[in-house]
Amino acid sequence: MQMTRRSLLARSAALGCSLAASPLLTPVTFAAAPWDTRLVVVILRGGMDALDVVQPYGDPDYAGLRQSLAGGPAAGAADLDGFYALHPALAPLLPLWRAGQLGFVQAVSTPYRDRRSHFDGQDLLEAGTAGPGEAEGGWLNRLLQQLPGVEARTAFAIGQERMLLMEGGAPVSQWAPGAGLAMSPQAERLAGLLMEEDPLFRAALNEALELTRQDLSLDLGQEDGSSDEGEDMMMSMMTAPKGKAHQEVAAYAAQQLRGETRIAAFSINGWDTHQRQANGLKNALGRLSEAILTLQSGLGPQAWGKTAVVAVSEFGRTVRENGTGGTDHGTGGAMLLAGGAIRGGRVLGRWPGLAETDLYDRRDLMPTADVRGQLAWLLHGLTGAGRSGLQANVFPGLDMGADPGLLL
Amino acid sequence: MQFDGYLAEIRFGAGLSPLLPPPASAADMLERLQETDVIAQRFPVSRFEDVAAGVQEYRQLRRARKEQQDAAGAEAAQQAFKSYRRSQNRLRFEWHGQRLLRMVHSRDGFRERLALFWADHFTAQGKTGAWRHLAAPYAESVIRPHVVGRFEDMLIAAATSPLMLQYLDQSRSSGPGSRAAARRKRLNGLNENLAREVLELHTLGVDGPYSQADVRQLAELFTGLSISKEASFVFRPGMTEPGSEAVLGGTYGGGKPKLEQVLEVLRDLARHPATARHLARKLAVHFVSDTPETALVDHMAARYLESDGALLAVYEALLEHPQAWAPELKNVKPPFDFVASACRALAVPAARIETFKPGQKNRLLLAPLTPMGQRWEFSSGPDGWPEADTAWITPQALAARLRWAMAAPRRLLQELPDPRDFAQNALGGYANERVRFAARAAETQAEGIGLILSSPAFQRR
Repeated sequence: MQMTRRSLLARSAALGCSLAASPLLTPVTFAAAPWDTRLVVVILRGGMDALDVVQPYGDPDYAGLRQSLAGGPAAGAADLDGFYALHPALAPLLPLWRAGQLGFVQAVSTPYRDRRSHFDGQDLLEAGTAGPGEAEGGWLNRLLQQLPGVEARTAFAIGQERMLLMEGGAPVSQWAPGAGLAMSPQAERLAGLLMEEDPLFRAALNEALELTRQDLSLDLGQEDGSSDEGEDMMMSMMTAPKGKAHQEVAAYAAQQLRGETRIAAFSINGWDTHQRQANGLKNALGRLSEAILTLQSGLGPQAWGKTAVVAVSEFGRTVRENGTGGTDHGTGGAMLLAGGAIRGGRVLGRWPGLAETDLYDRRDLMPTADVRGQLAWLLHGLTGAGRSGLQANVFPGLDMGADPGLLL
Repeated sequence: MQFDGYLAEIRFGAGLSPLLPPPASAADMLERLQETDVIAQRFPVSRFEDVAAGVQEYRQLRRARKEQQDAAGAEAAQQAFKSYRRSQNRLRFEWHGQRLLRMVHSRDGFRERLALFWADHFTAQGKTGAWRHLAAPYAESVIRPHVVGRFEDMLIAAATSPLMLQYLDQSRSSGPGSRAAARRKRLNGLNENLAREVLELHTLGVDGPYSQADVRQLAELFTGLSISKEASFVFRPGMTEPGSEAVLGGTYGGGKPKLEQVLEVLRDLARHPATARHLARKLAVHFVSDTPETALVDHMAARYLESDGALLAVYEALLEHPQAWAPELKNVKPPFDFVASACRALAVPAARIETFKPGQKNRLLLAPLTPMGQRWEFSSGPDGWPEADTAWITPQALAARLRWAMAAPRRLLQELPDPRDFAQNALGGYANERVRFAARAAETQAEGIGLILSSPAFQRR
């Protein structure tokens, strides 16, 4: 049975008024979306070591703090501006840096302090509040609640990770590439028949089938779901995707962003480098770099030109290397920006220094700016969201301060 | 609208089983609850106090790994830590399997449901690696013994459990005027987290009659509730805030700090009318419908107050109310319950699951819960899993349920049942014409079984 978006909608039209408000059935409009820029938010879970990614080799104290993790041009990192150097695993992004499409903000953090728990740190980063429980859901969702013309496809949370920053009252879409339903035509027809009597199940099934069809990561033509391979595939997709999952996620994000979607969010994990960071960070940065390049190629020059990618982590790491070739949970971190809409080629942020008295708690990079302020200015520039709403609702209680000029 | 054995198994139990007969009456259900907890003996889960020492061992191995640095023992220390972590993960898979098997083979499904409900009401999870494995033992020995007892005993057990104290940051909370704060400037000071959740989630409810001042006072009263190095409960008078505290108009504490002062406020909170209402409503939402009728909630709340929070009396009030037996299936089963009830309908033998290696158990029964929206023992906060049907039936999560239903049964059983018989086994009188048609029309047995398990009739209760 071939079902197109249009036939799906024709069927949905008969569902009755109780479903009219369902976000799953928000009708597709081909009118211009409320704004035309694209935003991709990447949550780097685990705590990215800012000092090893954007290496402050010009700081006199840097070399003494990092031994097996020594950085700077002498260790093979590309010099960025005479003070900072870029970790070699991000070298594939150097063309973007030279084109002004890659930038960083150093020494930023959320208001989270002291306990250094991933769990609480990520919650606060995604909640966008000063403390836990101060607002409902996440900051991206509260942004959507401020903007006119938002529909279910306007924002997309992608992947199997829970994305708290997208949760809340505004409709959003969510899908993990490869999460699709590869059933035989007969099973699909019978599943449709079973769900028909239950509006909640019917709407979810129709949306799942529709998203499956759009999902280029599945080669549906070869699977009929009843074969052994089909079943193995059905089971294998249920465990956490490994290896190339980040590329699938990025490709899927790009595909949606070329259409009606304006905001996408996903996670890249693996930043908790307590030991053998040389290895672990290289792998994580490789995934980040591949994800960004996949977004660029997937979006194409025109959409990429209107895109800002922002990657943030729950906290930075200790400035001193620990005894196992790694670093422990810290405070101040770095934010990565990429895309044609950003004014890159620069490392922004006030550098606090690395002398012991300059550190937070004598161990962590001192945050010199609230990461929420940077995010708020990005949202303001990209979507036109007003400053007062951003400060009152999206990031409650935030003072945005002066425009850091992250965008072109 | 009156008692129906099939409905009792579906709505208040673990689902229908082709092997185990449903209860004969509501009185029968309540009687079973008062008998020995035989299913817990048959499928044991470790007690919290027996495995809490793992926290210390984890830390020691982690420290050893750190201290070895480049020394000769570095590789060995690394291996020791890794293999310890792996063994703890295996325990998690094992305990999850035991809890699932209880659902599959119990004659007393209502007890399993209550054990899950109350463990969720008092959600506590390990926030760090050292504590991660303890959620199941906590549910086992802190919560489960009290599910047929008095609410205040469960509240006290939960609020003084090391896992809860760690999860909600109580263990390091010290009074600003405490001896500990005077001695060490870098103490974190007062932490309101547990006090707030006790009022908002565990007792009065978010709309309850308390203010920020009550939260603050309760947090001051809670100072001293802490954890020993061996991860057992300890009351530390040195961390307590001196003086008495006023909570909801009552005065507590003062004089020499004693644990009894904390227990006293917990008992009073447990007996508060707002707590009666909050718990009655929560039980009705969980067992009957997302939007229960006021009459049902009132009936249960009244019984709670009359009985001073004797939970058996509250369950009796629930089961005797006609609203509880409305024949239309309403609530969507959460993923764990969905998978467990599917295994029960399939009559998966315990011996079969016991032959699986830990990794297989994980892939087949535990990991699939994540895409269904219920990453096991990682609920998003102290408020536990959502109750709203719409929170569970999203496109992505429904797709994950369908995928599991189509693919897993063939791995759980050596031979699948005939889908036409299975429709009857799984749904009894709730196997409607659509389900029976799908069972007949499916092209393969696996699809037939998968479709029956995917039907709204099976996924609701």
